[in-house]
Amino acid sequence: MIQPLPSDLITVNVDGQDIAVPKGTNMIEAARLARVEVPHYCYHPKLTISGNCRMCLVEMGLPAVDPATKAPLMDPATGKQKINWMPRPTIACATNASPGLHIRTNTAAVQDCRNSVTEFLLINHPLDCPICDQAGECKLQEHSTAYGRGYSRFVEQKNVKPKRTQLGPRVTLDDERCILCSRCVRFSKEIAQDDVLGFIDRGSYSTLTCYPGKQLANNYSLNTVDLCPVGALTSTDFRFKMRVWFLKQTPSIDCESSVGANTEVWSREGVIYRITPRQNDAVNDTWMADSGRVLFKEVSAADRLSGATLNGAQVTQGKALQAAVDLLSGRGGRAESGAVKGVAVVSSGRSTVEEQFLTRKIADKLNATVALVSRVGVGDKILVSADRNPNIRGALVTGLIRALPEQKLTALGAAIDAGQIQVVLSMGEDLIAAGLTEAQQAKLAVIYLGTHQNATSAVASVVIPTLTVFEKAGTLVNQQFRLQKFARAVPGLAGVSDDLVTLSYLLNALGGTPLGATLGALWPVIAAEVKVLAHATYDTLPSTGLLLDSASWAGLPFVEGETLHFKPVAGPGVTS
Amino acid sequence: MPAPDQHRLIFAHIDEPGYSPDLACYQKHGGYAVMKRAFARKPEELIDEVKRSGLRGRGGAGFPCGVKWSLVDRKSGKPIYLIVNADESEPGTFKDRYIIHQDPHQLLEGTLIACFANNVKQAYIYIRGEMPLGARILEKAIAEARAANLVGPNILGSGYSCEIYVHRGAGAYICGEETGLIESLEGKRAHPRIKPPYFPAVLGLYQCPTIVNNVETLCHVKHIADMGGEAYTKIGTPNNTGTRIFCVSGHVQRPGYYEFEAGKITLGQLLNEVCGGPLPGRTFKAVIPGGSSAKILRFGERFKGKRKVGAELVDYDWGVEDVPMDFDSLGMIGTMGGSGGVIVMDDSVNMVEALANINAFYAHESCGQCTPCREGSLWMKKITTRMVHGTARAEDAALLKSVADQIPGRTICAFGEACSWPTQSFLAKFGDEFKNYTETKQGAPAPATLI
Repeated sequence: MIQPLPSDLITVNVDGQDIAVPKGTNMIEAARLARVEVPHYCYHPKLTISGNCRMCLVEMGLPAVDPATKAPLMDPATGKQKINWMPRPTIACATNASPGLHIRTNTAAVQDCRNSVTEFLLINHPLDCPICDQAGECKLQEHSTAYGRGYSRFVEQKNVKPKRTQLGPRVTLDDERCILCSRCVRFSKEIAQDDVLGFIDRGSYSTLTCYPGKQLANNYSLNTVDLCPVGALTSTDFRFKMRVWFLKQTPSIDCESSVGANTEVWSREGVIYRITPRQNDAVNDTWMADSGRVLFKEVSAADRLSGATLNGAQVTQGKALQAAVDLLSGRGGRAESGAVKGVAVVSSGRSTVEEQFLTRKIADKLNATVALVSRVGVGDKILVSADRNPNIRGALVTGLIRALPEQKLTALGAAIDAGQIQVVLSMGEDLIAAGLTEAQQAKLAVIYLGTHQNATSAVASVVIPTLTVFEKAGTLVNQQFRLQKFARAVPGLAGVSDDLVTLSYLLNALGGTPLGATLGALWPVIAAEVKVLAHATYDTLPSTGLLLDSASWAGLPFVEGETLHFKPVAGPGVTS
Repeated sequence: MPAPDQHRLIFAHIDEPGYSPDLACYQKHGGYAVMKRAFARKPEELIDEVKRSGLRGRGGAGFPCGVKWSLVDRKSGKPIYLIVNADESEPGTFKDRYIIHQDPHQLLEGTLIACFANNVKQAYIYIRGEMPLGARILEKAIAEARAANLVGPNILGSGYSCEIYVHRGAGAYICGEETGLIESLEGKRAHPRIKPPYFPAVLGLYQCPTIVNNVETLCHVKHIADMGGEAYTKIGTPNNTGTRIFCVSGHVQRPGYYEFEAGKITLGQLLNEVCGGPLPGRTFKAVIPGGSSAKILRFGERFKGKRKVGAELVDYDWGVEDVPMDFDSLGMIGTMGGSGGVIVMDDSVNMVEALANINAFYAHESCGQCTPCREGSLWMKKITTRMVHGTARAEDAALLKSVADQIPGRTICAFGEACSWPTQSFLAKFGDEFKNYTETKQGAPAPATLI
């Protein structure tokens, strides 16, 4: 017996196969659910429907009803309701599934539509795949393989259009490759809210261009490159750098703000070439900010810390670690009851959940005060939030901090002035930038665990280099309290230990219970100890993240305003 | 059979000596009296009159005007707009221009009646960019009417208010397509909208219900309001009621505009008797009966089939000359009445060159939105241009047909049909000329400059 469907599902028929789809699903998505591909260029699930490429033409039929009585008309041959097939093909992108809708994608007529659209798109296309950056991830290339005729009937001159227009600081346009699908135009208008792109001229001479006197310069301009189904819009940075099929993709997270946009890091032989967004419909859809795409450049930046130092002199990692342990735990007879006085940990909202967990263990062991550096900017209401720390909430979840950080490290500064703090363990944080004065910093012995040089690393007693987010794996908790994981894209610098190894060594050496130095070993401990992370493990964490129970922190005055998929809970810190 | 006399309904005063486009002259001839009477009636009655009249749109598609009005979403609570489509740009058509230039108040009166019937408070006249004089005349006419309280708030004390604005296009054929027109009126590129969901009757101008009617259609509305829908059906033939204006151009003795009862005159009568037949020493070769996008007819071909006369099916066997000039008869023989632009070609015309001209027009006017039309129209133009001015190849005829067949029915708007039907029909009717063009052209390229 056929079970009645839930009310939000309807049955449609794709190429003879019945399938239940949610109401309002368009025919492309309905076919996708039936594992049938409907080729398309202009359709994008996150943009409005334009319906101009005509690649998704399919045959559509609706169940026949008697016009007078509305009673279903049955076909005596099959015993099923008759289907009225539309005389003309229909675009699948602009037609939503209705109950009993029939779609045929495998008929000669549909094949002919696809073949002819492919031929039309290719006649004025430069066919310069061998030198085109899009080759390998080009929809036109893929569909031409499937639907192209393999030879050209076009003997006329091709249209000539601008070949390398600089649309903005980051995007280069080749108009001859453009198939005028208008995805970039719609994106700029609808998502980036910067309506600068449009077409000029008519017919086949239509040309994509920027509004006169304007540039495609918004912080989301590179999404148009991702959207472009052909090689018309290319990233000025990535252009001609590497063939995409050589690149390895690693799932990662954009660490520029608490939005935590999901990303894909593209690397080859330990070198990162580009970052693109990874679809997560609950966080960033298919977008990310331009500013997050250049973060990989920090991996090989000139100011990267590559070796451990002790009082400015190069030492081995082991020596530096030992010096750090000495500083933190001892210095003569100050540690009478096992608790060292005068130590503060300046932790980071850029550290991973695992690192923050270990940091808390170290702080607990040392009975040290813990500060965390606040980084507040201006949110753009899209995918860069006001909180520029990717993992403040991780610090709350792991218990590293209990309240939101102060804007400046004022309390710590006061404690230093009062002579209560002599040693600071900085987790990659620049103490001056965080609000301490030069004089205050000068009174400290600083142990600096970080990736890059800054005002603090320059004066630190002990510097132990750590890894960037691209060289390690871990998890972060974004503004929605969504636990998200990222993987290691490229190997770390030679001689630099993984951050977890460094931290667990310090914890051990300070006399703490040995905890694992790998994600696999550490997560059972974290899950057992942190209530909202119970049952979570790194390996089983879904690629789209896990929404944590945030009730315990609901009243905190988080600084973020609204972003694409985040609405702030009204709290004391939120002014609406 | 002798041709019937002209029945000048819309063109009653066109080219009448002493008739001027100003309000005083129009009122002297009874102007705005119909509107006054109409305003005393219920709007629904007026819609019923138009439905009863069987009036079919004169813009080209021949869609019943009353049905169009009844599709308007009146429950949304949004304002309803009326747009007068004065973007007359189909090659071979020049009827609306005469109305605008010589009898603008007839259009305004028809528009106001249509607005009143549909509870429209704002109407726009979208006039073709190439008709600046017409725009000025309309603006002057509206100013006159406003001064006389015929347009604007509380018209003649009726309590009904309606504004009419003139909006000039920038010169694009596609702005005649109603959704393209709406986009253009909103200040965007005239890219026709996808239907569904953007049917003008529901989501038209500014996403509000919108009626788009041709200039001539609205003039007919005035006469329907005047004589009543029932009386209007007595003019013309069943299902093709009222009069039709034919704009005859090309190789006839007396080209020009002629208004007849729809379906009461045949193509042969129109060309031979009314227009004086072919030029001396020439014979008719081909005719396009409804604007350049209509399919071409070849003199000498015959059309056979059955057609409905009253309740019966009657056999017909027509030559081109025998076809009655109405939407249905022209539709039956595989072409269309369209906008009434009759383009006549005699035996001096080379059909490849004629098609090259038409193709150049459509390639220039394709908006560039849908792939098949955008690329296909230019490709066809490039082929025919090359045939005329360069090297014609034996395979070009088949290639042209194949390209044209890949366009219609696969685009957002009807431009796909408009740009491919000429090529399809020229090749179907004059395929021999295209196949033999290789031989006839060698050593004798056309003297004209490149299109």
